[in-house]
Amino acid sequence: MSGETRLENANPVIFQRSGERLLTATEEDEDVHDPIDDREIFDILFDYQSINDPEHPLSLEELNVVEQVRVKVDDAESTVGVEFTPTIPHCSMATLIGLSIKVKLLRSLPDRFKIDVHITPGSHASEEAVNKQLADKERVAAALENSSLLEVVNQCLTTRSI
Amino acid sequence: MAADGALLLSLVEEYVSGLQDSKAKDTATGVKDGQFTVLQLVEALGLSLTSSQPHTRARGVQLLSEVLQECYGGLAEREVEVLIAFYENRLKDHYVITPPVLQGLKALTKCTALPPGSAVSMLRSLFQDVHVQSLMLAERACVYNMLINLMETREAELKGLGSDFVFGFVQSMDGERDPRNLLLAFQIAKYIIQRGYDLGKFTEELFEVTSCYFPIDFTPPSNDPHGITREELILTLRDVLAGTPQFAEFLLPLLIEKLDSDVQSAKLDSLQTLVFQTSSEKIESAGLAALTALTSCLSRSVLNSDSEDSLCTFLDLVLKDCKHHLCEPDLKLVWPSAKLLQAACSASNRASHIVTAAVMPSLFEQYNNRTQCSHRRTLLEVVQRFIQSVKNCQSSDNGKCCLLLSHIQSRSLSYSCVLFHFKTKENVLLDFRPSLCSMVFSALTESNSSLQITATSVLTSLAQQTGLLLDADVELAVDHLTRLLLTEEDDRVSLAVVESIGALAKLHPAAFITKLIPRLKAEIFTEHMDQDNNRTVTEQHSHRAVRQRCLSALAAVSTQAGVVKESTPVLLEVLSSAHTGSVGFLVEEVVLACCSLQRIAEQVEDTEETGRCFHDIIVPRLLSLALQAALQVPLLEEAVLSAVVPVISTSCSKLQPMLAGQTASRAVSLFLDGDVSFLPDNSFPSHIQLLKKQQGDSWSQSQLVYLLMGCVCSLPRSVEVPQVDQLLSELQEMSCTCGHPLSYTSAAKCFAGLVNKRPQGDSLDSLIQSTMRRVCSELDSASSPLRTQAFTLMIWVAKALLLRYHPLSTALTDKLFSLLDDADLGAMAADGFSLLMSDSVDVLNRGCHADVRIMYRQRFFSENSAKLVQGFNAASQEKKPNYLKALSNIVNKLPKQVQVTELPALLSLLLEALSCPDRGVQLSTLSCLEPVLVDPPPALIQQLEALVSRLLALTSSPAMNVRIASLRCIHAVSHFPVHEVLPFRARVLRALARPLDDKKRLVRSEAVQARGECNHSG
Repeated sequence: MSGETRLENANPVIFQRSGERLLTATEEDEDVHDPIDDREIFDILFDYQSINDPEHPLSLEELNVVEQVRVKVDDAESTVGVEFTPTIPHCSMATLIGLSIKVKLLRSLPDRFKIDVHITPGSHASEEAVNKQLADKERVAAALENSSLLEVVNQCLTTRSI
Repeated sequence: MAADGALLLSLVEEYVSGLQDSKAKDTATGVKDGQFTVLQLVEALGLSLTSSQPHTRARGVQLLSEVLQECYGGLAEREVEVLIAFYENRLKDHYVITPPVLQGLKALTKCTALPPGSAVSMLRSLFQDVHVQSLMLAERACVYNMLINLMETREAELKGLGSDFVFGFVQSMDGERDPRNLLLAFQIAKYIIQRGYDLGKFTEELFEVTSCYFPIDFTPPSNDPHGITREELILTLRDVLAGTPQFAEFLLPLLIEKLDSDVQSAKLDSLQTLVFQTSSEKIESAGLAALTALTSCLSRSVLNSDSEDSLCTFLDLVLKDCKHHLCEPDLKLVWPSAKLLQAACSASNRASHIVTAAVMPSLFEQYNNRTQCSHRRTLLEVVQRFIQSVKNCQSSDNGKCCLLLSHIQSRSLSYSCVLFHFKTKENVLLDFRPSLCSMVFSALTESNSSLQITATSVLTSLAQQTGLLLDADVELAVDHLTRLLLTEEDDRVSLAVVESIGALAKLHPAAFITKLIPRLKAEIFTEHMDQDNNRTVTEQHSHRAVRQRCLSALAAVSTQAGVVKESTPVLLEVLSSAHTGSVGFLVEEVVLACCSLQRIAEQVEDTEETGRCFHDIIVPRLLSLALQAALQVPLLEEAVLSAVVPVISTSCSKLQPMLAGQTASRAVSLFLDGDVSFLPDNSFPSHIQLLKKQQGDSWSQSQLVYLLMGCVCSLPRSVEVPQVDQLLSELQEMSCTCGHPLSYTSAAKCFAGLVNKRPQGDSLDSLIQSTMRRVCSELDSASSPLRTQAFTLMIWVAKALLLRYHPLSTALTDKLFSLLDDADLGAMAADGFSLLMSDSVDVLNRGCHADVRIMYRQRFFSENSAKLVQGFNAASQEKKPNYLKALSNIVNKLPKQVQVTELPALLSLLLEALSCPDRGVQLSTLSCLEPVLVDPPPALIQQLEALVSRLLALTSSPAMNVRIASLRCIHAVSHFPVHEVLPFRARVLRALARPLDDKKRLVRSEAVQARGECNHSG
């Protein structure tokens, strides 16, 4: 084991996964328009292709990094806001987690949406710096052109089951 | 100096030709003393080393090697290099030379002045030129010693060889049999593992080559001079096998397998020393299985040892490690430790005794002290797992009593031991019965729904063990369950409760008969005055929900004859009071009551008693109700009729032959002769003729033929249906002339169901031919108003014959193919293929004892696919969709293996079908493409361009199902080999941006998945 680097937080508190969204009759009705809601964004992040924590074989949901109450969407205004909470205040992976969430949403939402990903206030030591990086469009774009970084992000986004 | 030269020459001469071995020592002393150098020796050896006689050469090399063994310390690096080159070269020489060469090399490996790179080159030529296992014992040892020497001094260089070194070693030790050499070989393997050599892909090989000696079975000969002991071998091998976690996945299965064998001591020892990390689930489950095996092994071994109780010692260790985790405040490690304990617990009765005694009290205490629901739930779940593991061990222990008795006879077992065993035959958990019950009941009264659900399932597991629930407890449990059933709105809770009711009723029927059923009945028949407008809508709604839960609970509870006798009258009463209108029931509730009856018919134990109950009471009662309803003004609802039929058909299909025959004759006489004598509440008019055409085309009675189908088509094949010829002709008449869809379809189905079971022969053939003639004459006159009826009859008869491989079925299916071109019936004919290929629910399936041959679909497909392709090519443009639809209907129902092999021939047709405007065709084609895309045949990849563009076009179809199905196909395509998909990737990603903003959530979610997958590919 000496060869491996130690985990920053080797024994995190694990939270239960929320159940699957129940299918309603209106969703099966051809003519009804279903607006994009908070739960759907949450499901994008977790149900289909869950975002895994780069350090743990657990999803961000199980680690409570992202909770449904911290996901806000306004379909009419085309805005999405996601707050995430790193497991420990000095988590060095915060930027990577934020970037993964952002990339996932960029890929999964229509272009019209403005996506805002930031750290839950007061949960990280260098909160402002990370938020700034995540809000910087050019930095995000540049990060996505860095193939090795993209690979790490993609790894975080790979499907758990299939 | 010259004298020295002459002396050396004579020494060499005497050694090589004179075969005087002692001269080697003299030479070596000379070299050591500085009398002559190694170079001079080599020069002196010149003649013998170049001799044409292999034996002379061998002798020469041997002298050199022996000298080197004595004085390897004084060699200079340059000399060593030359010598190694010489020896490496000699390895390729005659086999008699190899032994001295190896000795020389071994001597050289001890040199401190070994030049860099020489170790690697030495090993390379060794592995390349020498087959170690064909050497003699001493030479093999020589090779192992060389490896050990080099590993001591040249570790970095050897690691540079990478996994080649491991591979070379594996090859050299493969097949070693001598214990002395094995000891050396194990040592090398141990070094390889401990010092972190790269195992590369040879992990399993290295494991195989060492583990094949496990367990060590070696008894040294009494006069063994080498002093190798079995323990020594065991210890070194254990160091190897347990040395690295990389071996864990291979080792654990091996150990488990060995543990179950009969030879014991050595294996137990080695297992106990193992340390494994539970880093993956595979290893975890293997480890748990190992623990179980180990514990059960220990428990067995104790039976005849009266010294130290090793089981107790072992379990003490386990408990010490695990128990405190169960009491930690955050319950973080509770599951891993609980699993370990349960694994130990399920091994044997004694083990479970020890474990539960230690663990259960603290679990109860925990439960009582905790207040958080989630903690309590976790604890309940842990307790449940313990109950289950105790159950496992008891069932496995049952067979052992006899074994034990034979042991008592054959050996002198200590009396107390036997006594103990018999004492433990009673349930281990009996001591905890009161605490268990109070815990479960307190959880049942909690308001948290997940706690309730867990509690009901714990209750079920408790009930499944004898003696854990007393009668009073059962009654209490019934009360709790009834309360939950009637008051809890949460669907998951009521589902769990119903399930638990079903399980408990199987074991304690009496309590349910006396308490639950009357309560449910009362609840079902309580009328809430709907006229009262002061009742809110939600209250009415909740009352209906309660009724529905009661009805399904009635079904769940009825698995045994005694309960069925009580519960079915309630359900029948629901039906009759719905009919008379005395209590207001909704149609859905009536249908639900029928469904409950059907469930009972399906699940009830097959006994004479229940058969009688269904035959004597339920079936006649249902028939009479339906008949009454049909004769009276409030017309029988189709939904209710369709719910009654499955009840009748399921109960008929399970009847004993005698009763079945009686049912058949009663039903036939009712329908043919209007004989109503066997029906209860006999107030029917005397001349009812159910199969004759009604005046004014009234269908209220004619649709009852559906009931006839339920009665006669599901009987076992051995049962004779009386007056069958007359019945068939009436049915044929009705199916061809009646105007009411349900009536003529049911008549056709009934006809087909009977035809399917008729014995082969002329009468059957002539029946089919006459039907054919009638059907064809209707179908061929384009203006006939009865074409649909004729078509329906034809397709059902075709299905009946196709299922039993009747030769005349082709005539009918060919007719069906020809109808694809028909202007009116073409679309119906295309849909008809789906009917032919799928299982129908109510008739012509195996549950109805129909004659269904295996693989009839494949057979039909292979006989007819060519006809379809031909027909497609010949058809006019507006008829083509019919063919495509028929094709996708057929292909859809084929097993995937057949689809994959047949697809290349049909691919262009299927692609054509994707661009066909009919949504049904699109949908069925997509659904048959999707499974094929998971493992795409090469033919498909060639057509990828066409496939992708058609799929993308369908993502903007107006039908939601088509959009979803096409997105799923695109998802599957993105798993194709990267080099095939890459050209389309940008295009697909662009096209998928639109469905991301689809108005339907279900479409969006598919789009998200498909797009995400595309982003990852490439």
